Amino acid sequence: MGRVILVLLATGLLAVPHVASTYHATLMLPFMAYGVILLGLNLLFGYTGLVSFGHALFIGVGAYTGAVLTSELGVRSLEVILLAAAVLGAVVAAPVGALCVRYVKIYFGMLTLAFGMVFYTFLLKFYRLTGGDEGMRVLRPFLLGVDLGDMPKLDYLVGPYYYYLAGVLALATFCMWRIVHSPFGLCLRTIRDNPAKAEALGVSVTRYRWYAFVISAVYAGVGGALLGPPTGNVDPTLAYWTHSGNIVFMTLLGGFASFFGPLLGAFVFIYLQDTVMSVVPYWRLVFGAILAFIVIFAPSGLMGLFVRRRPIQVAPG
Amino acid sequence: MILLQAQGVTKFYRDFCALDGVDLVVKAGEFVSIIGPNGAGKSTLINVLTGVLRPSAGTVRFKERDVTGASTVGLARLGMARSFQLVQIFPDLTVLETLQAAVVSRLGRGTRLFASLRRDREVQAGALEVAELFGLADKRHALARHLPQGDKKLLDVASAFALKPELILLDEPTSGVSTADKTTIMDILVAASRRIGLQAIIEVEHDMDIVFGYSDRIIALHQGRVLADATPAEIRADARVVDTVIGRKYRGRR
Repeated sequence: MGRVILVLLATGLLAVPHVASTYHATLMLPFMAYGVILLGLNLLFGYTGLVSFGHALFIGVGAYTGAVLTSELGVRSLEVILLAAAVLGAVVAAPVGALCVRYVKIYFGMLTLAFGMVFYTFLLKFYRLTGGDEGMRVLRPFLLGVDLGDMPKLDYLVGPYYYYLAGVLALATFCMWRIVHSPFGLCLRTIRDNPAKAEALGVSVTRYRWYAFVISAVYAGVGGALLGPPTGNVDPTLAYWTHSGNIVFMTLLGGFASFFGPLLGAFVFIYLQDTVMSVVPYWRLVFGAILAFIVIFAPSGLMGLFVRRRPIQVAPG
Repeated sequence: MILLQAQGVTKFYRDFCALDGVDLVVKAGEFVSIIGPNGAGKSTLINVLTGVLRPSAGTVRFKERDVTGASTVGLARLGMARSFQLVQIFPDLTVLETLQAAVVSRLGRGTRLFASLRRDREVQAGALEVAELFGLADKRHALARHLPQGDKKLLDVASAFALKPELILLDEPTSGVSTADKTTIMDILVAASRRIGLQAIIEVEHDMDIVFGYSDRIIALHQGRVLADATPAEIRADARVVDTVIGRKYRGRR
């Protein structure tokens, strides 16, 4: 049943450029990039029990990696960009995570927020390196070594780039599925549920939290690098704390208790934002109300409304 | 063979002295009960021995290695497991997943990032074996939080057993369980410890029927000190212990 739905959704995703308008196809691009980011964020949130309010930091790292490589260093291969974004995400997350995972709950959240703000200020103030508030240009990357510079921009985006992004999302989903269903994933869930008990069973809580943090930063880096090419520009707002808030919102909207919840959240968020923004100028007001509604009435998100947990069978006696 | 040895273990909470120079030795093959009135320092002692608390003074040796102030994780790896006074479970994990986590930890497979847990035969079999030993096999797919209190308690202990430790410290494994169920739990414990090759059990216990029924040796704590350390028969005959710790009804009873 689950597999059938998954195949249908994947087919639908691949069919969008053919059946839907170009406009809707371009909306799928940020959805897929955020999908990658949210898969990583939810390893930390849903599976390890840590809410990061600074993950835009790693989105920023990935996005600016793409900008610097294409417009400053002349590296145009998207494979190289994604690899570099992943590595840099991990390199930045290693020390930041080592400090943050010593704390939990609000303290963890605030510390990640603080690091995010430091990076945002760096992007904003080091004008020569980062272009300040104007940001940097992202030149059109080569896909699998092919220079598609002559293609009209929209054809490139809803054509080759779209499918490339779908491929990356599929790979990221597959890897994350393996991770959460591995012995490692089980250890993370023990930590989420009861850190003291996990330690008693020999699971090193801070070490595993750190692993989860670094992996989620790698995902955010890759997703961040994928956000740049559609707009052709990156700016510091990508690393701003409201952006961190947005991805937490998407996760809550879809439901952090489910593997695919965050992906649903990203999809609904992107379309809702697009619709609401076109109707009313104060879209944040509407989103705030929605967030309040979810937290109060549907804490397990949209996924919680559709999918019930399998009934638990307890044998009598 | 001496498995665990504590010498002069002292623990202060600010000015309050919870443990005052406690010495104890546990040998392979022993079932040792720690008894004492509330506030005698029993749980503090367990927490010091298992690395949750660092002693203010004194040393703890496990398998002839100094483990004073060693971490809980390190001690678990060395072969010392524990269960908790207040039952500790993973609410959103099933019974089987809880036991699998312990087996994964024992086999050192926690960093297998892309391996399939479902296809790991050794982990699956190890978890199922312990579930069966503890009579939890029928409920293996139930979430821990949906279990009745007695089963939660059993699961807490079972997950410690799934580590296949050499020494296990049980902090009131039968508290909050009806008297009839207590013996059942204890019998399961003893049978399981034989099956997994456990060397020794240290148990904090209030129920004197259990204490006298299962212990090879009893250590009575009072105000942070060892009041007596002797066989059940000797303890029964010790008027001091009976008066301060046990209550008269057990004196000399067979």
